[in-house]
Parts: sequence; C-alpha cells; structure tokens
Amino acid sequence: MTVIPFLILFPFIVAVLMYCIRVNKVRNAIAYISAVILMGGVLWLTAQWLMQGAQVITLTYPTELADHAILAAEIVLMCVVTFLCFKYKKYWISILSIVPTLMMVYVELYGPKVEGMTKIYIDHLSILMCLIVGIIGGLIVIYAVGYMHGYHHHHTGIPDRRYYFFMLLFLFLGAMFGFVLSESLLWIDFFWELTSVCSFLLIGYTKETAAITNSFRALWMNLFGGTILAIGIFYYAFTDGNLALHHLIKEGVLHNAYAVIPIAFIAFAALTKAAQLPFATWLIGAMVAPTPSSALLHSATMVKAGIYVLFRLAPAMKGTSTGTMIAFIGGFTFFVTSVMAIAQSDGKKVLAFSTISNLGLMVACAGMGRPETIWAGVFLMIFHAISKSLLFQDVGATENCLHSRDVEDMHGLLYILPRLAMFMFIGIAGMFLAPFGMLIAKWSAFKASVDSGNIIMVFFIAFGSATTSFYWTKWMGKLVSHTHLTEAKIKDITKKNELISLGIHAFMMVALCALFPILSRIYVDPLLNEMYGHTGQVLPEGLLYLLVVIILIVFLVPFFAYHYSRKQQYNRKLSYMNGVNVGDNKKFVDSFGEEKNLWLSNYYFYKLIGQRKLMVPAQVFSVAALIIMMIIVIGGGAV
Amino acid sequence: MNMILRVVLYIVLAPIIGGLLEGIDRKISARMQRRVGPPILQPFYDVKKLFKKQVIIVSRSQTFGLIPYFFLMVLTGAMFFAGMDILMCFFVMSTAATALYFAAMVTSSPYATIGANRELIQMMAYEPAVLLTCVGFYLAEGTFNVSEIAASDRTDILFMPGFFVAFVFILTIKMRKSPFDTSTSHHMHQELVKGLTTEMGARNLAIFQVTEWYENVFLMGVVGLYLVNSNPMSIIWAIICIMAVYFLEILIDNTSARMKWQDMMKITWIFTLFTAGVNLLVLMLVK
Repeated sequence: MTVIPFLILFPFIVAVLMYCIRVNKVRNAIAYISAVILMGGVLWLTAQWLMQGAQVITLTYPTELADHAILAAEIVLMCVVTFLCFKYKKYWISILSIVPTLMMVYVELYGPKVEGMTKIYIDHLSILMCLIVGIIGGLIVIYAVGYMHGYHHHHTGIPDRRYYFFMLLFLFLGAMFGFVLSESLLWIDFFWELTSVCSFLLIGYTKETAAITNSFRALWMNLFGGTILAIGIFYYAFTDGNLALHHLIKEGVLHNAYAVIPIAFIAFAALTKAAQLPFATWLIGAMVAPTPSSALLHSATMVKAGIYVLFRLAPAMKGTSTGTMIAFIGGFTFFVTSVMAIAQSDGKKVLAFSTISNLGLMVACAGMGRPETIWAGVFLMIFHAISKSLLFQDVGATENCLHSRDVEDMHGLLYILPRLAMFMFIGIAGMFLAPFGMLIAKWSAFKASVDSGNIIMVFFIAFGSATTSFYWTKWMGKLVSHTHLTEAKIKDITKKNELISLGIHAFMMVALCALFPILSRIYVDPLLNEMYGHTGQVLPEGLLYLLVVIILIVFLVPFFAYHYSRKQQYNRKLSYMNGVNVGDNKKFVDSFGEEKNLWLSNYYFYKLIGQRKLMVPAQVFSVAALIIMMIIVIGGGAV
Repeated sequence: MNMILRVVLYIVLAPIIGGLLEGIDRKISARMQRRVGPPILQPFYDVKKLFKKQVIIVSRSQTFGLIPYFFLMVLTGAMFFAGMDILMCFFVMSTAATALYFAAMVTSSPYATIGANRELIQMMAYEPAVLLTCVGFYLAEGTFNVSEIAASDRTDILFMPGFFVAFVFILTIKMRKSPFDTSTSHHMHQELVKGLTTEMGARNLAIFQVTEWYENVFLMGVVGLYLVNSNPMSIIWAIICIMAVYFLEILIDNTSARMKWQDMMKITWIFTLFTAGVNLLVLMLVK
C-alpha cells in the first residue's frame, strides 16, 4: 500500500511546485496533471483495497521519522498563525493556536508510548471520504484553473497570486487525505489544524477588508474547535494511555467511563468544523473567497471532515447524552438555517446557508447514531458533496458571465445561458426533488428519528424540509421563467475545463440517482456492518421500481411532450396584464401613461426572517444549549 | 393481482369521481348562494370543450411543467391505492406540485407569477402537517405502508384525532379553497385574476383540471385511510367521513373570505403544532 503515503505526500510536493512556478501556463499544466494523478491515485487505492476483499486494513509503519516531521510541521504552523495574528493585530487568536500545539507537543514527548500502534486505518468510510476528496477535489482543481483565469481578468484590483492559491488548494488536499486515513489522534489533530489554516488563508486571499475580517472569524472558530479537540485528546492520552481513534470508539461503545469526556470533546470540536450553530457564521463569511475554494473547502470536502469524525464516533454516541447534544444541535441548525436561507438572494449565500442546513441534518443523523441514520447520513454526504460542488462551480461560472450572482438576476437564465442553467437545475433538483437520493435519505432520517423516539428531531425535519423545499423551488422557478431582462446579449464565456468539471459532476449526479439502490447494497450496507456488526433494513421495498418510474416521468415525459407539441398548431398570445402590455411581455403602461419594464421578483421575507433578525438569537440559544449539555455530559462522565 | 386492479380502478375512476365531486361542489355552492347552479356533469362538459378549443398559449414550455405534473399526480394516487409507502406518496406529490409551480412561473406573466409564488408559500404551510400525518400513521400502526395500515384491526382516527384535524385543516389549503385560496381564485375579477392558472388555456387548462380531480381523489383517499380497518364495514364509514369532510370544505369555502398569506402561514404552522404536535407527543409517550 505505497499509494497511501503517496496520496498524502504528493499534494504537498505539488503545493511546493505551485508556489515556485510563476509561469501561468506551466503551472496550469502541472495542476492539471497532478489533479488527474490524484484522481488516479484514489481510484488505485480503492481498487487495491477492493482486491484485498474490501476489509478493514490497518497499517503500521515504523514512523518515528514521520512523527517528528509532523511535530515540526505543527510547530511551524503555530508560528505562521501567530505571526499572522500579530501582523493583523488579532493577538488573542494566537493563543488558540499556541495552547493546543503545546499540548500536542507535550503528549508527543511525554505522553503514552504505544508500541506498534496502527497509524493508518482503511475501511469503507475512509475510502468513501478519499473518493469524495480525490474525485471532487481533483475536478475542482481542474475547474479552478479556468475560473481563476477569468477571475483575475475581471477583478483587476486584486493582486494575482494564483501560485499561492493553488499551493493552498493542494496543501489542503494532502491534509484531507491525511485526516481521513489517520488512526493516530495526534496525526488527526495536525491535519485538522492544517485544513483550518488552509481555509483561513484561502478566505483571506483577496486581502480586502471584508475578506480579512471573515478569514479571522473562520480562523478563531476553527482553532477554538481545534483547542477543544486537543483537550479531548490530551485527556484521553493521560487517562487511558492510548492514542488510537478506534480504541476510543470501542471503549465508547462499551460505555467505558474514560471514553465519555474525550468523545464529547471531539464531537464538540467536529461541530465547529461542520459549521453548526453557534459557529455557523464562519462559513457564511467564507463566501468572500473565490468560488473554487468555496466549493472545495466550504461545501464539498472540508466541512465534511467534521461529519466524518461524527460518523466515526456515532456508534459510541448512540443513546448517550453526547449523542443527544449533537443530534439536538444538528436538528436545530438544520431548521433555523433553512429558514434563514429563504431570506437570501445572493446565490452563494443561499448555497452557504443550505450547506450549513444540510450539514445539520447529517450531524443530527450522526448524533442519533442508529444504523438507519448513518445510512441516511452517508447518502446525504455523497449527494450533498456532488451537488453542492456542482452548484458552487456553476454559480461561479454564471457570475463570470452575468457579473452578478444574485438569484434575482438569474431570471430566465435558461434562455440566457442555457448550459449553465441546465447544470444548475440538475444540481438544485439533486438537493431535494423526488428521483434523487437526497430525498430518500431524508425519508430514512425521518423514519429513524421516529423510531428512536426523538420527538424534537421529528419536528425539526418536518418543518425544516418544508422551508428547504421553499428556497430551492423558488430559485428553480427563477431559472425557468421567461426572461424579462432587456439588456444587451450576454455571452457565455465559460471555459472548456470548467464545463468538463461541471459535466462530470452532473453526470455523476444523474448516474447516482439511478444507481443508488445498488450503491446502498454493495457499499453502504457493508459500511454499516463494519460500524455496527449488522445493518438495518433501510431501503423501502419496491423503491427501485418506483425510482425507475419517476425517472421516466421526469426525464422522458417532457421529451415526448416536446415532440408532441411541435406538431401541434397553436396561437401565441401575450400574457395577461389587464390589457396594458406594450407589444411584448416585457413592458406595460403605468398609471402615468408611461412605458415601464416589468420586473418580477421572488419572496424573501428578509425583514421577517433575515440573517440579522434570526442569527443572534439562534446563536445565543445554541450556546446556552451547548453549555448546559456539555455540563451534563462532563458531570455524568467525570471519573 | 388485487393491487394492479386497485391501481387500474384508480386511474380509470378517479377522473370520473373527481369530476362528479367538483360538480357536486359547484351545485352545493350555488345552492348556498341561492343560485340554481350548473348541472352536476358540468365539469365534464367544460373539460371536453377545453380540449376542443383552439390552443392559445403564452409560452410553449408550459406543457413541460403540466405534463409531468399530471403524470406525477397520477403516480402519487396509484402508489397510494397500490398500498405503498405513504410518506413516499407525499414526496412524489410535492414533486408534482413543484412541476405545477414551474408551469405557472415559466410564462413570466405577473398574475401567474404571483399565484405561483403564493402556491409555493402554501406548500411550505401544509408540508409539516402532511409529514406529521405520515408519522402519526406510523406511530399508530408501526408502518408507513398503506396496505398494512388499511388491513390492520385498528381504527386510526381514534389514535390520531389531532392529526386528522390538522389534515382536514391543510386540506383547505391543498384544495385551494377559501380562506386559503391565495394562489388561485374561482372569480376572475379580483386582485389575483386567476393566479396560478391565469395563463393556462384550452388543453393546458384541461390537463390542470383533470389533474386536480386525480389529486382530490387521492386526498380523499387519505381521509378515508383514517377510518378504514380490516372490517369491510369500515369502508362505508370512511365514505361517509369523506363526504362529511368534503361538505365541510365546501361550507368553509363559501363562508369565509380570503386570508392574507402571512396569516395563513402563521395560523397553519401554529395549528399544526398544537393539533398534530400534541397528538404526536401523546402517541410517542404512550408508545
């Protein structure tokens, strides 16, 4: 399995190359090749793992050198963060970096020395994460090459530091691979901090005031999570004398008193990474970053790191007060942020809120910790990763053409930029409509929360899915409406590589929608088997046939309808405007007898349920809930 | 075999029953307003005529919304009467409703757009009650499966009166009856014109009409499900209950004025919480 160190180290090497090469064409070529190599590497790893029977594989390397290297890198990371904090006069944030780093150094030097400890752990869940990171990450890198070219073409005020941007992207990919494959909590902590710092630097890429403010907000929230994680690891190392993640989970499943507090702390830390309330604001602020980094870090992969940790801990959280806390925060976030998403008209903001909201549902699934909820959570994760990545890239490409990413300006996008609108349509449909798996996953989560008697979750899901449908549907409605914009023609300047990435995403989306009952049987059921030793019968009977029928209706019926209607004779008329149209559907005569452009807009209710109105109360409430529940957990788990 | 028969019966009979229900609706409404009213078969004459009329359209793509709307709604009812998962039925129904929303939005006509937007708000208002109803059946019977719910010995309404009330409440929204007819109206001379259906004409309007019949039969089927149990006599009770509910909807329709959508939203959610929510709590605690 030499491919594993390769997957972790190769991106780091490429990152150095990206930084050193200042000739755009050469760097772009290397970025392309490296992205393809990474995707190949992930597939190779998956193939090898499948060939060995898709079993759990643990690897133990003589890793003294690696341990020292990671320790050194961790200290370097701390110095970088501290330097930047001082440079921008945010002194206190540096404490959040120094303290956990020192704790980890202490554990490394004086903590338990476990002989022959497993360093790498490969199972269904980590392979799934690798596939998401590798394939989607690789595609986003390909997209980013084209996008960043256009970005600097339009934003001439921003210094062109693409070498730096691509360095961070690759650095991040390496960190993600390390994170999902590591078994040692010390390694996990390091890669965790590395993804936080990458995210921070990418948000601040443009160096504008808003970018810097938001990047520091993201930094402190993530570092705060990192500190909590470090405390959890520290406690675990010195009470239990071990550093292996799976050992901790095993003890948690057995309700060993040692395990309660570390699990609660690690789960708490995961909440910050998954941008749950009260920490949700960092992800919304992160939208100032260029689109590829929003897609890669803040939607498709990095935030999934938090979910990954929670899924790992799920068997140990089932039925505990930690599980209750996580499920409650997740459900609450799912509902409240989906309400706030209604009030947003900025496309990227809608995506940000919906990301937080969906993550909330996944977090809640992990918190309930039953096989059925994890089944739902895994599917939510897969579908969300693909369709969000698609949507972010598409909104980015649309913005490059329209010079706006406001949903209101996308009125009639289907007629202005048909290709991009189609991709957007598929992406949004994937988030909530019937033939797509997201809905089945929601069905399963709903059923499981009834089964586990979690009444609050039932309410959160019932009301939250109503609001979720609302904000997605009204966006889709904007896309299909006949255009009322009368401005000059808009040219589709989307680059070929952007389209390749979008096309592959859309294809994966549709293919998964058809294949997912099979995927459930051959992949997700074994995954649950590994975690729980058994699988719950999750898929409703007859679903497969139902899916085929719905797919036929949704995709084929309009096709035949089109052919049928082409032959039909029809009489085309203007739309009804009380007889005051001015020759077309775009203008009317107002009460002063003057021509006026027709402007149609969606409902947003921003005064009623806007971010300004709801965010602070929601944060206060969730902080209070978290504090109370943490006290209960610690009080109940103190040894 | 039985299942296929039920589905075929639904597909064949639903438009007839739905049309008759509408005819009765119009007749009773007329009598409540001291008019003679049209013959009971009038809805069928209307649809027949609509199919024959010259096709006048604003946007050709409207058909792409309406045809999936029709098929998905038929599928919803077919799934229900085939005895499949009730939650899935409602998921497919909400996809159908989305297709209808597109059919109205696609024209970019001001009145159709207002109607469509309000339809969307109506969907948001009734969806929690619908989902909670499904949960209610699940708690009362231990399954989402319609055929198992219908074949059990229990009479569900005894266990879930709160859910029933909530469902009848949102039925008014779903059937676009006053006071919740915010998305379309029976009378053209109002601020809404015809809302959602303003730009639908001839064949398209006929498709919309027939789909509504299918939808109403499905919804009435859900009402009946509250009463049906393994005893064949219960079917008669279910039919009586359906007729009572339908009459109640007509009565509400004729005695109330249109409400603002803001109020509709608030009232519906609060009402859902207090009826279905409390019922849910009780059922879960008893369990």
